[in-house]
This record gives sequence, C-alpha cells and structure tokens, in this order.
Amino acid sequence: MLEIRFHGRGGQGAVKASDVLAIAAFEEGKEVQAFPFFGVERRGAPVTAFTRISDTEIRIHSYIYEPDILVILDPSLIGAVPLTDGLKPSGKIIINTSRKPEEFSFPEAENPQVFTADCSAIAVKYRLGSKESPIVNTAILGAVAKATGIVSIDSICKAIENKIPIKKEENAQAARETYEHVLS
Amino acid sequence: MKKVLTGNVAAAYGATAARVNVVAAYPITPQTTIVEILSEIVADGELKADFVKVESEHSALAACIGAQSAGARTFTATSAQGLALMHELIHWSARARLPIVLTNVNRAMAPGWSIWADATDSIAQRDTGWMQVYCENNQEVFDTVIMSYKIGENENILLPTLINLDAFFLSHTSQVVDIYDSERIDSFLPPYNPKYKLDVNAPRSFGALTSPEHYYEFSYLLHNAHKKAKEVIREVGKEFGKKFGREYGLVEEYKCEDADEILVTYGTIAGTTKDAVDRLREKGRKVGAFKIRYFRPFPDEEVIEVLSKAKKIGVIDRAVSFGHEGPFLSEVKAALYESGNYVPVYGFVAGLGGRDVSIADIENIHDHMINNEPENLIWIGVKK
Amino acid sequence: MADKNDKKINISGASDMPPMAASLGSMRQNKTASWRSIRPIIDEDKCKNCMICWKFCPEPAIFPTAPPTIDYDFCKGCGICIEECPFDAISSVKEGK
Repeated sequence: MLEIRFHGRGGQGAVKASDVLAIAAFEEGKEVQAFPFFGVERRGAPVTAFTRISDTEIRIHSYIYEPDILVILDPSLIGAVPLTDGLKPSGKIIINTSRKPEEFSFPEAENPQVFTADCSAIAVKYRLGSKESPIVNTAILGAVAKATGIVSIDSICKAIENKIPIKKEENAQAARETYEHVLS
Repeated sequence: MKKVLTGNVAAAYGATAARVNVVAAYPITPQTTIVEILSEIVADGELKADFVKVESEHSALAACIGAQSAGARTFTATSAQGLALMHELIHWSARARLPIVLTNVNRAMAPGWSIWADATDSIAQRDTGWMQVYCENNQEVFDTVIMSYKIGENENILLPTLINLDAFFLSHTSQVVDIYDSERIDSFLPPYNPKYKLDVNAPRSFGALTSPEHYYEFSYLLHNAHKKAKEVIREVGKEFGKKFGREYGLVEEYKCEDADEILVTYGTIAGTTKDAVDRLREKGRKVGAFKIRYFRPFPDEEVIEVLSKAKKIGVIDRAVSFGHEGPFLSEVKAALYESGNYVPVYGFVAGLGGRDVSIADIENIHDHMINNEPENLIWIGVKK
Repeated sequence: MADKNDKKINISGASDMPPMAASLGSMRQNKTASWRSIRPIIDEDKCKNCMICWKFCPEPAIFPTAPPTIDYDFCKGCGICIEECPFDAISSVKEGK
C-alpha cells in the first residue's frame, strides 16, 4: 500500500488533489481511499489531505503517520508545520516552487528524494484561480505522476475530467505541462 | 459498477437503490451531504420520491412516521444533536412498528461543540426499540441501507433501523463502492406492502390510548420482534451474499479461530483493528478481531460462541456510559456471564470526539492486555 | 357505511394483537354512546340548517343533512352543539329517564 500526504493551505485545492489522485489510481484498477484531515476549513490555514493506493482492500481508517510520498502545495509551509514527520526512508517529497530541489534540505528525514515544479506559474498561465492565489492542485498532480510513476498522466487527466467541475481542459493541460517540467 | 464514493454518497445511493418513496430531513454536519445528494437525485427525476423539507429533525422523523404509516418506504438521516432532538419520535416509530431507515453519522454530543466521530449519540437511543447497526466501510453503508429495508419490512419484524457511520472516517472519506444493477436490487428488495397502514377502505385507529391491559403486551411483542430479527438478519445477510457476493451477519470474525486474545470493536475502528491484528501476528502474537455490527438486537449467541474460546477479550468502545464503562463492553460481559465462561474482559475507550485511533493505539491496547490485569475502563491516549 | 374492518374482535393476549397499538377493527364498533349523560335533541322548527353544530361536534357524531342528524351511537353528550347553536335549536334531555 502506498500512502500519500498532501500539505497545502485552504483554497489551494489539497483535498480535491487527494481525491483526484485516488480516482486516477482507481481508473487503473487499484483500491483507493482519500480523505482530508477533519478540521474546519478556512482560507489560508494549513490543510492536510491523504490518499491511500493499494492492490488489496484498504481496511484502515486512521490518518497517515508514515507516508511514502509528501506533496507540498505551498512551500511557505516548510518550517511552519512538521511536514516530514514519519516520512519513510527514501520517501519522495514533491514541492510546488520555482526553486530547484537542491535548494531544499530536510535533515530530519532519511534520504528524502526531492522533486520541484513551478505549479503556481503553470496554474496562473491557465488562469486557474487568481494570480495572487492560484489553484495548484491539478498542476501538482502532473508532478506527482512524473516523480512517482504511481499513476499515468493520462489517468490523472481522465480523473480531472471526471472530478473537476469547471475549466476541465485547462486543468488537464496544466497537469500535462507540469508533468513535462519536474526537476529532480 | 464500481465507483469512488464518500460514505455519505454511498448512503444516499443506498436509499436511491431501495427506491424510497419519501425522504424527509433537516441538515446537520457531517450528515448534510446525504440528503443534499438525495435532493438532487429526486430533483433530477432519477428517484421518484417526495423530498419533504422540514424545520427540524423532530419534524423530519414525524414526516417519515406519517408517510410510512400510509404505506410509503421512507428514509432520513441525521447526526448527534439532531438525533437527540428526534428522540421522542425514535420511541414512537419503533413502537408504531414502522420500518423506517435512518442513517446517523456518528458525531459527538455537545458541549464542547464537536462535529467529529463518537458513538454516544446513537448509544443514547439504545432502549427505543430501533435496530442499530455500525458500519466499517462505505460498501457496508450502501449494502446495509438496502438490507435494512428487507429486514425491517419482514412481516414478523416491522422494526426501524438506525445505520451508523463514523463522522468523517466514513462520511467524508472516499472509497471504492460497488453499486449493483437496479434490476438485481429490485429482485432482492420487493416493494413495501404493510399489512397495517392508513387505509380509507379499512380504517383503524393507530397509536390510541392503551391501558395497562394491553401496553405490556405491546412491549412484549416489540422485544420478540428483536429476538426474531436476529435470524432474519442472518438469513438476509446470506441471501445478500449469494446475490451480490458480500455476505453479512450480526458480527464479523477476523482470525479468531486460534486467537488467544480477541479485540472486539465496531465502526471504522474495526477495519483498523484488522490491519493491527495482521501486524501483531507478524510479531508472533495470536490475536484476532471481532466486529460487532448489530448493537440491537445484540448478538449474544455469536459473542458467546466466538469469544468463549479466547483467553482474554479486549473491547474497544468509541463511547462511554458515564458513571459505568463502555456500552459495548457491558453487553459483551453480560453475554459471557450468561454463558458461564468467565473469560477476563478488558474495557478500552478510544477515539472520543474524533480522536484518531491508529494501528499503534491498537498495538498498545494489545500490549496492555498482555501485561496487566483486567480493568473496566482504560482510557487510550488520554492526556492526564 | 360498513367497511372491511367493521367488526368487533375479542383479544385474550399478545398472540391476538397487532404488532403496534392499532385497532384490529375500525372505531365503528367502539360505540361511545354509553358515556352520555345528556342527550341533545334538535328542534326542527327552530333549526336554520346553518351546520354550526356539525362543524363544532368534536366526535364527530353530527351529519350535515337538512336538518342535521345526530348519531346517537357515538354522541358522548358533551353539549358543545347545544352551546354553539345560534338559534337555541338544540335542547338537552337527561339520559336514563
């Protein structure tokens, strides 16, 4: 079973991202589970969401404490919340940032593999959200597909078509463009 | 057809598949999306039902009672304070023997104001005469809505069912759910056709003044219906398994055959416990998990049969009967006493008010059972 | 005015009872006339067929014929019709005489 933890801020679409990733994996025949950290949603406040992907029935109903993959929708959360808690050794960290992976260090994590992509710029390009607060959830899923290989970019785009109510085409294009621009 | 659905959507789809005639409900977090989705399904004409908007939960259940008395199949949903507000009519609907189905998203009672998982709301409805079932996953929610109509509408039963799903851990969690063809569901669940209903051609009085000469007998009949319901639940669960490939009973065993210790629980904690059992078994511990689906009628026979064979029992409750102990613990101990097998029983309380119950918590529970004498109320993870 | 449930049923115990507090027969057999201590009598000469008695009868044991008729199988003798009649067309007679 693969466990993915999303960290974002209210309004960036972390919860939707966890759901779309689950649906993409489901389209590929996997058992899935997706849920947010159950709080009271407020714009700008830290948000956590979770996806589990498995070949067999998923029975656990508990938060993810030892993720295989971290997806960080907002780099300002680094240092502000304990993002890497429990990350498995050689776990993958995917960050929405214009910076390069080597500019980040997570000394508390064991041999993390860092990937970056400028999801905000791509989201702005496709007019997803506003310039000041772009909605980066679909763009970053392109990076997740590239960095992890857990699902294909085609499945991500199909799930976006199913699950995102507006600007389906732009959202899918943002995911595809991010897929091509992931740094590692 | 398989779909990825939250528990709330699964509940709404279950009511749709059961072709309910009337839905009456009042919104409350975390239940709201159940009836929100049903209102859309009704508005889109996919379900030919009356959606009754009401001014409170009390009125919601009252509307269901009225419609069900006239021979309609009805559905409602609520949580916590809403369920408490229904309380008077919860009694009424059971004693009136109306097989209404209510999905309750288990939420903590205020204050402190909480929207998170806790079974105290439904446990507080224990003695009303409703059947009560606790679901582990979204598939079980969908399946249980359909089965509950079949069980409740059986002419020897005529009982309403309170279907419980943990706030957020099911209500707002997406999982894969198999939605069966409506033709197959129709062949499993025939239309509701009660013998006793409001009928202008065969008038009766309902719910009239009942003297001590007869009230006592009505209570006796209600209790007997619960006793008979156990067999009907087993039969319907088997028939469901044959038809749809998923069999259900009053309880579910997991690796109990050779277990020295058995962990007893309900709701979503039951799923996490199965994973914990696998981990503990990898460490060489002979442990099993026992899920209680039905709290009412209480499955004494199954509890005695399976748990009597263990050396130690641990019951994990997501509720407390204040001044005593966990409510499921009391029932399990009473059943074991009845059997004469005085297996040591440990009572654990966990996850109140939505506190997460992790695999590590369940491993700690098992460690505690191995290393300590039994106690009735052990608070897991409480910050003292 | 007979209906399917218009029959008197004797109950000895739970096995004869419906599962809920429902009458086995209709209320037609539950004749409440024995509760009556006074009998309302309509004076046809004074009656203007306004039907106020019919509207007010809580049983309801008055039928809106012209003039109205009282069903003495069910009239409990509450006297509301006597009180409400604007023409003093209903008088009371003590029962048991």
